Amino acid sequence: MAEIHNYTINFGPQHPAAHGVLRLILEMDGETVVRADPHVGLLHRATEKLAESKPFNQSIGYMDRLDYVSMMCNEHGYVMAIEKLLGAEVPLRAQYIRVMFDEITRILNHLMWIGTHGLDIGAMTMFLYAFREREDLMDMYEAVSGARMHATYYRVGGVARDLPEVMPRYERSKWHDEDDVKRMNANREGSLLDFIHDFTERFPACVDEYETLLTENRIWRQRTVGIGTVSPERALQLGFTGPMLRGSGVEWDLRKKQPYEVYDRLDFDIPVGVNGDCYDRYLVRIEEMRQANRIIRQCVDWLRDNPGPVMVDDHKIAAPPREAMKAGMEGLIHHFKLFSEGYQVPEGEAYAAVEHPKGEFGIYLLSDGANKPYRLKIRAPGFAHLSAMDEMVRGHMLADVVAVIGTQDIVFGEIDR
Amino acid sequence: MSVRYQKLADLIVDRLGALVQRHVVARGELTIEVAAADLIEAMTRLRDLPEFGFDQLVDLCGVDYASYRNGGWEGARFAAVYHLLSVANNRRLRVRAFATDDDYPVLPTVTAIWSSANWYEREAFDLFGLLFDGHPDLRRILTDYGFVGHPFRKDFPLEGHVEMRYDPEQRRVIYQPVTIEPRVNQPRVIRDDHRYAGQGE
Repeated sequence: MAEIHNYTINFGPQHPAAHGVLRLILEMDGETVVRADPHVGLLHRATEKLAESKPFNQSIGYMDRLDYVSMMCNEHGYVMAIEKLLGAEVPLRAQYIRVMFDEITRILNHLMWIGTHGLDIGAMTMFLYAFREREDLMDMYEAVSGARMHATYYRVGGVARDLPEVMPRYERSKWHDEDDVKRMNANREGSLLDFIHDFTERFPACVDEYETLLTENRIWRQRTVGIGTVSPERALQLGFTGPMLRGSGVEWDLRKKQPYEVYDRLDFDIPVGVNGDCYDRYLVRIEEMRQANRIIRQCVDWLRDNPGPVMVDDHKIAAPPREAMKAGMEGLIHHFKLFSEGYQVPEGEAYAAVEHPKGEFGIYLLSDGANKPYRLKIRAPGFAHLSAMDEMVRGHMLADVVAVIGTQDIVFGEIDR
Repeated sequence: MSVRYQKLADLIVDRLGALVQRHVVARGELTIEVAAADLIEAMTRLRDLPEFGFDQLVDLCGVDYASYRNGGWEGARFAAVYHLLSVANNRRLRVRAFATDDDYPVLPTVTAIWSSANWYEREAFDLFGLLFDGHPDLRRILTDYGFVGHPFRKDFPLEGHVEMRYDPEQRRVIYQPVTIEPRVNQPRVIRDDHRYAGQGE
């Protein structure tokens, strides 16, 4: 009988199921994976070193480009670390706006995840459904910051500007006649908050729709139940955070356990899995979308009733209003100093973590008192998750590798940094 | 918050004794410094003693102190900073360990204590040239195949040393010395700000 050896296959870096530029060296025994060796770094841009070479405020935009499907949460971690070092107090309204956009981002991220995860393991329709809702969420981003994805909206000491009073509307064109435009603008007649309110009314039904497609679906269950099982002990050992850790049954969520901003004033629940397989993580993320919707709704209600400043009133770290800059000498000097040299951050170190849609996103900031960070370390949740790839796929079939990549919710912008 | 961490600091000093070289409580965070030789002993106790229960290594990163305060740093140049998290006790802890030799920085590996250290140590090795003694697979992770140098060291230029382009004559991708000029738009400025006097360390 001929002797059969293990053989090695190369998966990626250009593969539709690799979620970017993952290169996997898989050692196979027949169709069973014996060893997986992920090669990362193909998208390495040295964000941390770049940040060390420019004033603090100029790196906020880089944070969007880390995990490019949950932009504002990345910014949040970064500005929180600087605020911690500066000792800056953020106005309450800005905190609510941040929390609201964090949760909008969470839905945005989870929709992207369910779309691509579904696409990878044979549920094509999910992708189209998820992108339908993402469009509205990205309109919210655009209304508030002018950009659909890379918003650069959060600032040290608050947010860049208050929520707009008018929602941008569609205009008549050669593709859309009067009736079309009227229908498309139906929920855009009021302010941004009205638009978000309308979204929170609609969204739970959308989640129900996704669940009818997947939760009881036989194919979906066969592809996810019992795949990539991680015990709670191993999940902690491997540095798992976020839905990956909760899927394994560990009740740990920074929003509840170490609340930041106004999460301690809001009412929401933390879903936890039981078996720690791909299916449980799917259920956790689906429930997280519902809970995020609840949080958004509470924020909308609060923001409607409570106008106020959205930026700290300290012109050493926040730009003075345009009028003050044009009319007064002091405002002009503040503006000039802030946009040329930036601000000095006191010597010391801080670690600020937020509950990012993918897990714990942390920023470790070491300052030596200069106007630029001395060392910035980005703790990306995906990096720890991907490092467990070998353990999670060992003994599974080749097709399950794709399911595990999907369930880890891998995005290379944050892993390679 | 700070009171909680002051209590934790006292507890750690009590239980670990001489293993802790220095400890600082600032901004609601606790940092301890441990000698490289004592690292494994200290980390094992921090994980296993139930009053600490640091069951998760959240982050590990290298730091190069070469140009700290524009060159005013005295002491070892390289350090590894560990961020620990206790899920059971809801506590965080930062541990710093300096590598004694600046030319050949070595620290013991903590992969046997926390599995997540594997890739983090590879990253610190790749970017800073920190060596982790006993690591099962200390390869480069983020930089290119065949990369030379450790890019996050402070003496490594931001532009790098080589750039890559397609050469139509040789009909392949080649490396060449960088052609862009180093440029600093905003200089690095440290001011003694009276508002922050007495803060920090």
